[in-house]
Amino acid sequence: MSWSPATAAERDEMLAVIGHKTIEDLFAAVPNAFRPKSWDLPAGISEMAVRDQLGKLAAQNASGHISFLGGGAYDHYIPAAIDALTSRGEFYTAYTPYQPECAQGTLQSIYEYQSAICRLTDMEFANASLYDGGTAVFEATTMSVRLTGRSRIVIHPSLNPIYRKMLATHTAHLQLDIVEGEDPKDAACVIVQNPSFLGAVADFSKLAEKCHAAGAMLVVSFYPISLGIVKSPGEMGADICIAEGQCMGVPLAFGGPWLGVMATRKAHVRKMPGRIAAETSDAQGRRGFVLTLQAREQHIRREKAMSNICSNEALCALRALIYMSLMGKEGFRDVARHCHAKAEYLKSKLSFVKVLNEGPTFNEFAVRLPRNAEETVTAMAKCGYLAGLPLAPLGAGAETDLLIAVTERRTRADLDAFAAALEEVTCN
Amino acid sequence: MQLIFEKTVRGRRAITLDPLDVPEAKLPELVSRAKTAELPELAEIDIIRHFTNLSRRNFGVDSHFYPLGSCTMKYNPKIAEVVAALPGFGQLHPHLSTSEAYWPLCQGAFELIYETEHWLAEIAGMKETCLQPIAGAHGELAGTLLIAAYHRERGESNKDTILIPDSAHGTNPASAAIAGFKVVEVPSHDDGTMRLESIKAAMNENVAGLMMTCPNTHGLFEPAVAEIADYLHQHDALLYYDGANLNAIIGKARPGDLGFDVMHYNLHKTFATPHGMGGPGSGPVGVGERLAKYLPGPRVVKRHGAFALEMPEKSIGRLSQFFGNFGMAVRALAYMKHLGRDGLCEVAENAVLNANYIWARLKDTYTPAFDLPFMHECVFTAAPQAKNGARALDIAKALLDYGFHAPTVYFPLTVKESIMIEPTETESRETLDAFCDAMIEIAKTIESDPAALADAPKTTPVGRLDEVKAARQLNCACL
Repeated sequence: MSWSPATAAERDEMLAVIGHKTIEDLFAAVPNAFRPKSWDLPAGISEMAVRDQLGKLAAQNASGHISFLGGGAYDHYIPAAIDALTSRGEFYTAYTPYQPECAQGTLQSIYEYQSAICRLTDMEFANASLYDGGTAVFEATTMSVRLTGRSRIVIHPSLNPIYRKMLATHTAHLQLDIVEGEDPKDAACVIVQNPSFLGAVADFSKLAEKCHAAGAMLVVSFYPISLGIVKSPGEMGADICIAEGQCMGVPLAFGGPWLGVMATRKAHVRKMPGRIAAETSDAQGRRGFVLTLQAREQHIRREKAMSNICSNEALCALRALIYMSLMGKEGFRDVARHCHAKAEYLKSKLSFVKVLNEGPTFNEFAVRLPRNAEETVTAMAKCGYLAGLPLAPLGAGAETDLLIAVTERRTRADLDAFAAALEEVTCN
Repeated sequence: MQLIFEKTVRGRRAITLDPLDVPEAKLPELVSRAKTAELPELAEIDIIRHFTNLSRRNFGVDSHFYPLGSCTMKYNPKIAEVVAALPGFGQLHPHLSTSEAYWPLCQGAFELIYETEHWLAEIAGMKETCLQPIAGAHGELAGTLLIAAYHRERGESNKDTILIPDSAHGTNPASAAIAGFKVVEVPSHDDGTMRLESIKAAMNENVAGLMMTCPNTHGLFEPAVAEIADYLHQHDALLYYDGANLNAIIGKARPGDLGFDVMHYNLHKTFATPHGMGGPGSGPVGVGERLAKYLPGPRVVKRHGAFALEMPEKSIGRLSQFFGNFGMAVRALAYMKHLGRDGLCEVAENAVLNANYIWARLKDTYTPAFDLPFMHECVFTAAPQAKNGARALDIAKALLDYGFHAPTVYFPLTVKESIMIEPTETESRETLDAFCDAMIEIAKTIESDPAALADAPKTTPVGRLDEVKAARQLNCACL
């Protein structure tokens, strides 16, 4: 079993050119004492058997359920054209565009992705991508520290509890003072999320003004789809905005690969981490694109770099760009409009539970059930639903609290049937 | 080529939704967007043509030989893409792992994680591995955070320094800095390897660990690696293995057996998951006995015949939202299962064979940077060619006109005018020969007419681009 083309005869001929007799001669630098002490692995299997074995594992997972799970990752429709385009080998088997003349497809797509993100967020500069929405919080934090020279980080209650845990892990040795609240005094940044983890939509324009008066950055973690109708980070006056970009055409895939989005203001671009593509031209005046401001990055600046990031999520960024193009100006707004309207409709059908959000929500809201949330989702799974996210395991609510997300994929009939099933399971 | 935004036609649509089947709802004006975002307005065919044409302006492994040193641009098997896209994996919501109530619905995914981590651990001689790190540099960060946690628990707050060879990838020092360490660079010996004496010279009681790549970025196996490991351990410092070059030794040596305490794997290099124009990658972290209890979590464990999640005893915490780039683990497991115990050994054999074949064919034309035998990549210096008026960059650009992606140039930083060639095991002899023929022809051109290379490449969609103009204008978005 191999993907190497070399035949035994070719191996011998090539060894002769090198001046060796056996393959082992090539490993003379690795003494016998260094050879594996154990190599307890099964024999190789055919492609057919691989498909069969992994197919069986895949079949043990949930599929076909009607999903109301959100909490930072959403079941939005992925148009067919995205897979058709991103499965082209010229995209997915290419590497980082270190030779721009033979990577214009990559570089122009990064430039267009950056443009689309700036248009969506009303910001001026975006990078080519970060790992995911959680590490983007960390990168925005250290970027704020560089921009302000301060070490106090203020986390707003709206931020995803998983992002908070990740931030603590990443910054464990950076001597930062991470506090809860929204007071920007002496802070490098205040980090908010909109909509909040529990779905609340807010306007942070006043907080932006307070941050600027105090010399702090306002960092907004946003939900890209919501920006079809929700006030954008740029409109609110954010300095840095970040997002989990999974919702824009990237499969759920049990948590990754996803997409870290980051955009900022012109004044801050030199402190931004990650690759950035820029337009330029060749000697004949033809338009072309290159990576720029590379002196910020680890391969030049090593331990003084803006970040250690090297590999990013370029192919997922391409998926997001194609998603934004396919949905288009009107369609992107329609998706947001449908998500919001359907969530409001479902809320109206859930009179038997208490909705915990007092203000407006986008497509997700928290409810207090008359019954334990984990028991409820177990019972609902038997009826064919992933009923939502129990909040207690994340420390984000009581044992009876459930976070329910609605996307454009749910029909009115789905919502009616779901409401009836939930009432049956929790009230009877 | 025109930008997608420049092709917009007002009112044109690609994907449309069914009519809204519930009442319209409106957000309060205060939280609503004032102006709709100016995204493209095009039909599906316009979008398909645009991106198809963009793709044709790229070199990929599927279309071109891609001998980028240190990047391991091997063939990406198609079966891996197919299994990763199975609905049970591709459409699985990760919050099924958050509540125990949902665990029965993601047992297959837990098993996949468990199995992949066990394959990786056995391959590298590690006690445990964890898939959470999202890329190689993220794996380095995980590893250096583990080293920090280890010393912190032992009350060794003085251990604030990481030693890193001068030939290391730039991510090594950048990652160590985020984990709070000072970085001290250790010089390589003239023969391209790391000597114990150099480590001794840099050693003091504050050294927490050393990060090494083996084979190193000069393509050379480190002969002193076991001695260095012993010496570090005597001084209560740990040894980190940068797995970027694991492809060279898979089945021939295991980092754990050599004395490494912690490492990362690059699934997008050694385990053939596609590079995707720069990502996604995946950088699982592996550890020996003494660091296992600090691993990121939660981790998949087997309990009473079912898979469950547990936080390691002294975990450094969550490094990714769920289980890292799970989709890449699916691809890597497909790759490992197909190759199995013997096929995996052949990976290293053919990778080293191919690199040495290129070395043998080019060594009389270009100057090898080192005399020791190369492993999976060979490094040349184009300093003699540069004296004749054509630099490594010119050679790289000339290769594009022959239909080859360029090797890595100007890295490692320790070699002047370096050209670092990593062919990988999946290239055929004909491809290697055609590449070597092109390299030799380019060398001849440099001898007769070095200026001829100055305007290469000529056959690509654009010629050499003005990077100074790009940085000065800083046009990074079409607004």
